[in-house]
Amino acid sequence: MEKAGWDEFEIGTILRTFEGAIRDIATTLPEDRAYSQSSTFNSSVADWRIEKPLFNKDYCIDCQFCWIYCPDTSIIARDKKMVGIDFDHCKGCGICAQVCPTNPKSLLMFSEQQDEDIALEQWPKKEKKEKEAGED
Amino acid sequence: MADSMELRDIEVWDGNMAASQALRQVQVDVVAAYPITPSTPIVENYGSFEANGYVDGVFVMVESEHAAMSACIGASAAGGRVATATSSQGFALMVETLYAASGMRLPIILNVVNRAIGAPLNVNGDHSDMYLGRDSGWIQFDAYCPQDAYDLNFIAFKVAEDHDIRLPAMVHQDGFMTSHTAQGVHTMSDEKAYSFIGEFQPMNDMLDLDHPVTHGVQTEEDWHFEHKARQQHALMTATIPKIQEAFDTFEKYTGRKYNLVETYKVEDADAVVVCMGSSVETTMEVVDELRAKGMKVGVVGIRVFRPWPLEQLAEVLKNVKAIAALDRSSPHGSVGMLFNEIAGTMFNTDTKAVLTNYIYGLGGRDLTKAHLVSVFNDLKANADAGKPTTPLQQYIGLRGPKLSFF
Repeated sequence: MEKAGWDEFEIGTILRTFEGAIRDIATTLPEDRAYSQSSTFNSSVADWRIEKPLFNKDYCIDCQFCWIYCPDTSIIARDKKMVGIDFDHCKGCGICAQVCPTNPKSLLMFSEQQDEDIALEQWPKKEKKEKEAGED
Repeated sequence: MADSMELRDIEVWDGNMAASQALRQVQVDVVAAYPITPSTPIVENYGSFEANGYVDGVFVMVESEHAAMSACIGASAAGGRVATATSSQGFALMVETLYAASGMRLPIILNVVNRAIGAPLNVNGDHSDMYLGRDSGWIQFDAYCPQDAYDLNFIAFKVAEDHDIRLPAMVHQDGFMTSHTAQGVHTMSDEKAYSFIGEFQPMNDMLDLDHPVTHGVQTEEDWHFEHKARQQHALMTATIPKIQEAFDTFEKYTGRKYNLVETYKVEDADAVVVCMGSSVETTMEVVDELRAKGMKVGVVGIRVFRPWPLEQLAEVLKNVKAIAALDRSSPHGSVGMLFNEIAGTMFNTDTKAVLTNYIYGLGGRDLTKAHLVSVFNDLKANADAGKPTTPLQQYIGLRGPKLSFF
């Protein structure tokens, strides 16, 4: 954001989310919203991240757990289908991978430098459920 | 729609009732309060007005003064007309949030009924809490009597809510001496009083859902300085003219005239006492008595404490030979605040008056006329000698060996 002088911004410690007035914002997709420059939507916090989640759509059941649990609304979903991750705002907390219920998980944490194609190639296989004592 | 209240032209009100009637008449939307002596009746009365249908507002009970001001900040940011009251220890607990209110440019009105700050714990009046607020970025008005407490509330709303200002304001009155002393107060009708302020004009309010806005954001070294500078600019350039304008309009409304710096018989005075609060009126009586004996004395009352009326005060004091700054707060390690402010005001002018400092009235100790006569006698000696004949800082009304410094 441009650094304005002391007399060049609105008074009070305020930031506006959108440019101009908004209507029906709940039904407007984020990419279609007129987010202001000062909105956090337009500022990347990617460099806060040490680990990143990667998404393997082969195993995803679109349960939306990750979308609900993500504290930074960084799970991109459209029409109730998991699409991917917003890496400008994901801080790498790992909650999405933690709550993912599939076997193997459809979201796993990797180091920030991990190549995505290699990660997908080496994705873990389905784990055999160990039988518990007394079960059969 | 709130019921209107029939008032007599002159009501017998103490300072607390005067302030709460003003809050009723401007139809404050939200009062969030944690009552504390001696300001309790202000919010108690508002609560009673609200419960009996005389205000279309909300009284929010909270768990501390910190929470009280925090709730006021939220209500003000949401777009309401907001006020509360406090004193002393409660004011001290509120301090953190006072800075938030002014930095967020929220026009909250805080009635401060001045009271000592412990230890030792004390419920009586001095100016310790008022002085504690002086760097918080609020406009500070000082009432000397219940009439002032009533009138200055209207002035405070008028100035604070103006979109060129948007700064919170305190209306101070002396604990018990003003807050609990009933006097005749000239009133305005509900209709006339409300029309002086008019309907609240929101600005960047959070309830404007078409224009979402985040209030109270964080800034670091790249923005904080600019925000503070902007706030100081509003206080230093826009506020004094706006207060003067409000005083002028108010005079047309009511015939009652207020000034940034109040003066009594100062024009030809050699010796002048500068003080605040109920002491101003006591000093006026002493001035009359000493004038009758031929002494050229006067009194200056600071009406607007922040922003400091530097130019106006320098003008008023330009021909004076000896000045006493009377501080009703322990400066704890320096000269009194008024001494410092007056010294800063006069230092670069051509006036070479002798300036001395008196600490008085702590914890509700009376300032008697005899004390003031002795101050004026000191000032006369200083004026005649052209230099201080006493220590720079003296204590008056104190038991034990005479205490003075510098």
